Order: sequence, then structure tokens, then C-alpha cells
Amino acid sequence: MFPTSSYRADGMSSKYDVLVIGGGNAALCAAISARRGGASVLVLEGAPKFYRGGNTRHTRNMRCAHDAATEILTGPYTEDEFWEDLLRVTGGQTDEMLARHMIRESKDILNWIVEQGVRWQPSLGGTLSLGRTNSFFLGGGRAMLNALYLTAERLGVDVEYDAEVTDLVIEDGMFLAARVKRPIKGEAEISATSLVAAAGGFEANIEWLKQYWGEAADNFLIRGTPYNRGSILKMLLDKGVQEVGDPTQCHAVAIDARAPKFDGGIITRHDSVVFGIVVNKHAQRFYDEGEDIWPKRYAIWGRLVAAQPDQIAYIIFDSTVVTSFMPTLFPPIAGQTVAELAGKLELDPAALEKTIAEFNAAVRPGTFDHTILDDCRTEGITPQKTHWARRIETPPYLAYPVRPGITFTYLGTRVNKEARMLMADGKPSGNMFAAGEIMAGNVLGKGYAAGMGMTIGSVFGRIAGREAAKHARN
Amino acid sequence: MHGTSILDEADRLMTVCNSCRYCEGLCAVFPAMEMRRAFSDGDLNYLANLCHSCGACYVDCQFSPPHEFNVNVPKTLAVARAESYAAYAWPQALSGTFARNGLVISIIAALSMAAFIFGFAALVDHSVLFGAHTGPGAFYKLMPHNAMAALFSAAFLYAILALVMSVRAFWRDIGAPIGGRADGGSILQAIRDAGELRYLHGGGVGCYNEDDKPTDRRKLFHHLTFYGFLLCFAATSVATLYHYPGGREAPYPWWDLPVVLGTLGGIGLIVGPIGLFVAKSRRAPELLDEQRYGMDVGFIAMLFLTGLTGMLLLLLRETAAMGPLLALHLGVVFALFITMPYGKFVHGIYRFTALVRYAQERRSEAGS
Repeated sequence: MFPTSSYRADGMSSKYDVLVIGGGNAALCAAISARRGGASVLVLEGAPKFYRGGNTRHTRNMRCAHDAATEILTGPYTEDEFWEDLLRVTGGQTDEMLARHMIRESKDILNWIVEQGVRWQPSLGGTLSLGRTNSFFLGGGRAMLNALYLTAERLGVDVEYDAEVTDLVIEDGMFLAARVKRPIKGEAEISATSLVAAAGGFEANIEWLKQYWGEAADNFLIRGTPYNRGSILKMLLDKGVQEVGDPTQCHAVAIDARAPKFDGGIITRHDSVVFGIVVNKHAQRFYDEGEDIWPKRYAIWGRLVAAQPDQIAYIIFDSTVVTSFMPTLFPPIAGQTVAELAGKLELDPAALEKTIAEFNAAVRPGTFDHTILDDCRTEGITPQKTHWARRIETPPYLAYPVRPGITFTYLGTRVNKEARMLMADGKPSGNMFAAGEIMAGNVLGKGYAAGMGMTIGSVFGRIAGREAAKHARN
Repeated sequence: MHGTSILDEADRLMTVCNSCRYCEGLCAVFPAMEMRRAFSDGDLNYLANLCHSCGACYVDCQFSPPHEFNVNVPKTLAVARAESYAAYAWPQALSGTFARNGLVISIIAALSMAAFIFGFAALVDHSVLFGAHTGPGAFYKLMPHNAMAALFSAAFLYAILALVMSVRAFWRDIGAPIGGRADGGSILQAIRDAGELRYLHGGGVGCYNEDDKPTDRRKLFHHLTFYGFLLCFAATSVATLYHYPGGREAPYPWWDLPVVLGTLGGIGLIVGPIGLFVAKSRRAPELLDEQRYGMDVGFIAMLFLTGLTGMLLLLLRETAAMGPLLALHLGVVFALFITMPYGKFVHGIYRFTALVRYAQERRSEAGS
């Protein structure tokens, strides 16, 4: 049998084999894998129970390599193809050894995660382009989390919610203990033989984002959990762990400006850019809306909007394309004339009329097909719209206001193949491991491809838990 | 805007869900939703009746309360479903019976039982009423078979008429083409889906009831109740065949088909409703339509009493208690019949109809 935990309910002090900080996919995979490796495990989740799991709550799929079609995947996705996709989206900003290791391990994750109670389903409606590469969680990310938590609890992993870690005691690259603050049980120091840090990035920490983005960050919306404030990441970097990834970078998409500041999740996104034009608050276009097919270019629009004045933009289209994209949470804002629409958007009507008139005049005839890079394009305006350019002329005229929606940050802790953190001097830590977004920058220097965050979480979570338990046993 | 505030809320939720779709694999509601971009009253009543209240989409939803989007599909659709029963009730004058349904059902049941007891007492000689009877025709010493058959057939035929009229209104409202008929394939599919409670399974793990741990208990108890009911109905049908074309009169020996069917069914109708009641009383309040507690429990109680009085009648049919028990049993069954179109019984009929429509939609989507 597994050893029973030595945690004392009075919360004064205690000793575990493995302490996991964080409560998402990476943290739970680490906790389960450490527990299965024979360790006593405590998970400290900073969020309350409902909000447990960080951004995993908002995910829906995972990208894993596989050599043949499965019940839910339409065809093979080889290690090499995965690697090429990763190379392309990161523009080479990745650690090849680590990335290839992750891709190899991802194959077995398809089965391992099912053994932990997670169930797969074929790609969801509207995501056919991912049917071969990505496995979807039945019921979505929160269902996946629920399954992992049930498994962890059944195995005897202890979990505490609302447990905010306020300090880490680290000496010579060795983790000794964590200070934790809880609303009812109060403060305590918890020591453990190994640490797994799986506490996410810092995208919900607007002050930290402002270091790189200035006041513009006030206009950013955070798509996921408000609990990813990066406090564990900061502590680790301050205490000598080597950093990885560009601190100024974050993954951002254009989401509805009417979305809540935090936690709006997937339903605030817009994939209608290619069907119209995008203008800024001066009613001017600023980028080629027809550059590439969704989802390949999905991720650039957050950064583009972030660079516009007041970090706001408007996707403008007409009534002919309304059913070309998924239904949206917020209805489009409508006007019978361009001027009326401009009024509702508080844009200069004359400027918007001029922009649309110039765009319409520049549209060349072509055969529209949104599934390929078609020949509908503009001529004689800057910026061009190189594909899917059609006149905007059938009222009502419609618009979605959009802002940058921050998904995750790239700054993290450097790790090796064992998910062991490396210290600033390059030496591996004796007992500290990291998994998930907090170390995603090791493989994702920039860019993103759907489902990769969950791959990083599950693969490195499983490895980190296994290695942390191994260390604790020795 | 819709006719009622619950339909407005259902519309809001379906708009949220349609832009998310994570729950698509859990049941029939979400794929049916995805076939639409806007929702009429009929669409929402259709989705509400497709929902089996397994609770999985609530537990799996990243936007369920306390999230500000406040997405609670099972509860909202439960309320909408109950309101749809009243909206389609025939005749409309009786739609009010759904408002305080537990009370209505109790009063009718009590009156019905009292009527049989007093009826027997008034019409049947005391020595016969409290005497022990055995052998063929024993029951009919208390109430002539023809009278019994006529009374219950009338009640049953009325129930069928009212149900047919209600379902017709529902069928027209949920988008079936005017005069459109259900095809055989879709009906077969719906029989399979309803028969195995395909969508009361949380997408495979089981349904949620008191906490976030899935179980299959409600499915099991519903099966016991439903198949118990069917077995009892089959027992009555076989007995009727024995009686009229066969000329053999009840009571039948314990090994004979009507008694075997009735006994098995009776056990199901006792155990099943108890299990469903316990599950109902433990159900997490956030998943429950508290307003309809009386309706749900009233129906469960009626089925339980049907099973219980039937089984007691079987066990004690050769004693002096037979007469009063027969009166009680007939009273309960009569009340069950006449309240069928105006209580929780209709959930099965509407849900089945919605499943037929769903099977049809799936077929036409696959064909297009």
C-alpha cells in the first residue's frame, strides 16, 4: 500500500514527500504520477474549489503524436510532423532536445491520461481542422480536471484549496519548505522532500504586464483564471532559478471587448476577421485581414489590436456573412447604414464610410472559398486584403468590438528532460521540478498551436511527479 | 423575448452554450442546439424535454455559478420542461393542475381511493366485502368484471386522448413540418434511446446527483420503475386476454403469466420509486427545480402505492383483507390513470417525442 500522508490537520507544520503547488492539468498529473510512484503528496491550490485548475478549466483539447488513426482521431500525426509544426509556430525558438522528448512522451499520454479517468471525444463542431491532430476532452477542460481530481483523491493525494503560498524556503538549489496562508486554518509552514511547481504564468498580474506593455496593459482582458498572478514564478526566479522565455511576450487573441476582465474563456473569441475588415478607433484599417486561414492566424490579432490606440478595434462585416462563423456570445452591433453603425461604435462616420468605400472599390472579382487561400483580393489600397475580400455593402452593417485577450505568458523556469529546474549557474536543482505554463517557455519560445499547452502540462507533469517521487524515495 | 422568463433564461444559456460547445459529447441537447443559431419557444421546449437532467453539463461547465455567466442548464431546462407540460396540456382549462401538482394528485388519489372503499362498502354485502374468497372470479364478487373493465377503460381512453392532444401541440411547436409524420426509423431509434436511458449517463460516467461524483443509481432506479410499470401493464393486458377470448377468470395461480409479470413489475414499482425518492431528496439543490418537488414526489408516490397495494393484494388475496385491499388498489390505479395527462407521467411522453424529433433531425442532417 501507499504510505499514508504525514500531514497534520492542525496545520502547524507537516512533512510530505512531494509538495505540488498549483491545481491545473500539470499539477494534477504530477500529483497522480508522484502518488503512483509511492510518494505522499499534498496539492496546494491557490484558488477556491470552484475555480480550481487555473486555465485548464478553459481548455478543450490536447495535441499528442500518434502513428495511426484512433477512435477519435481521424489519422496519424507523427512525431516528425508534430516537431515541424512546433518549429514553424515558434520560428525555431524552442529547445529541440526537450521538445522532441515531449513529443515522444506525448504518444503515451493519450493512453495514460485515460487511465487517470479522462475521456476523449472527437473534435467538436466547428473545429474540424483539428480532428486529426488534437484529442478533445469529453465535457471540456473542467470535466478533465474533475476526473483528475477524483483520481487523485481516490489515490490518497491531499488537496487544499484557497491555499496561497506566500514564501518558499530554498537553500543551495534545494527546496525546504513553503509558507502557506489559508482563510480558515491560517498560516503554516509545510516542508517536503521534493517540490513540483505547476502554478501557471503571470498573465492575470496586470502590474507585472505593465512592466513590458506600459499603461496599455490596463486595456487587456485576461481570458482565463484571475489566479495566475505569477507569484510562485517570481519567487523561484528571485531565489536563483534560471529563467527561460521572453518576458515581454504573451499569447493574445482578439476577443470581444464586452467580455469580463477575467475568465471569459473561449466563448468571447471571434473568428470572423477573415469575413470582413478590421478598423481601429480612427476607423482606419491596419493589417491584412486575409493573410491566412484560421486558426493559423488566429493568434496574431491580439497583438495587432494591442498595438492600436486605446487597444481597441472593430471587426466590420455585413449581413451576408453572418452565418459563416460560429454563433457568438455577444451579438454583433448593427446599423442600417455605415454612418449609423459608426455612431453606435462611437467612430467618426465619415471616416468609416470612406474606409469602407475605398475598400469596396479595391475589391477585385474572384471566387470566394473560405476554406482555401482564395483569389478574392484587393488592389490599390494599403494594407491589402489578400484573400476573401468581398464588398461590404448589404445592410445591416455589423460589428464586433475587440480587445487583446491574454491567454498565457512565456516567461518561465528553465528545466531539463526530467522536468528538474535548472539554477542560474546551470546546475540542476536537487529537488525542484516544474511543469505546465510555468515552464512552457522551454519548448514554446513564441507562437502557439492549439492544444500544445495541455501537452506540455500533462507530459511534464507526469515526468515531474515521477522524478519528484523518485527523489523522495532515495 | 419569449413568452416566459424561464424561456428567456434558456435562450440566454443556449446562446452561451452555442458559442462554447464543450458539452457536445454529453447528450442530445447540445448537438440539437448546434443545429440552430436562434431559438423559438418551441425550440427551447424541445431542448428542455430532450434534457434528461443527468447534471453532467453543470459539473463540467467552467461558467456555472459562482461564475458571472451563471450557466445552469439542468435547472433552467428542468423548470422550462415543467412549464412546457402546462403549456401543452389538453384541455388548456386543466393546465392549472400542474401549478400545485403534488396537492392536486394527492387529493384526486385520496378521493379515488375513498370512492372505491365507500363504493364497495355501500354496494357490496359486508359478509362478501370482508369474507375470504378463492378460486376463479373471486375479485368479481366485489366488483363485476364488466363494470371494472368499463370504468378503467374509460379512464384509460380519456388519458390517452388527453395525452395525444397534448403531444400533438408539442410536436407542431417543436418544428416538425405541419402535418409531418415521424418516420419508422426515427421512432425505433427513439425507442432504443428511451429504453436504455441513453442520455441519463453524463456522457458515459453516470449522472450527477448529490455531489460531484457520478453514479448510475438514478438510471438503475428509473429502469426498475419504468420496466416495473411496463410489466404491470403487460400483466393486466395478458389477464384481459385470458378473460375475454380465453374465458379464464382471475385470480390466477402464482406461476401463471399475469401473476409472474405483475409480481416482477410490482417489485420494480416498489423498489424503483423508493430509490428515485431517496435520490431526489439527496439531490443537490442547485440541480433541482424545487417548485416542482410536489409534482415529482406525487408521481413517485402514486407509482409506489400502485406497486405496494398490488403486491399486498397478491399476498393477502386469500384472506379477509382482500376486499379492502382490492378497493385501495383499484382506487390508486384509477387515480393514476385519470391524472396521467396532468402530472409527471407526461415527462416520458414528451421526452420520447423529443427523442423522435432528435432522431429525425440527425437523420436529415446525415442525409444532407
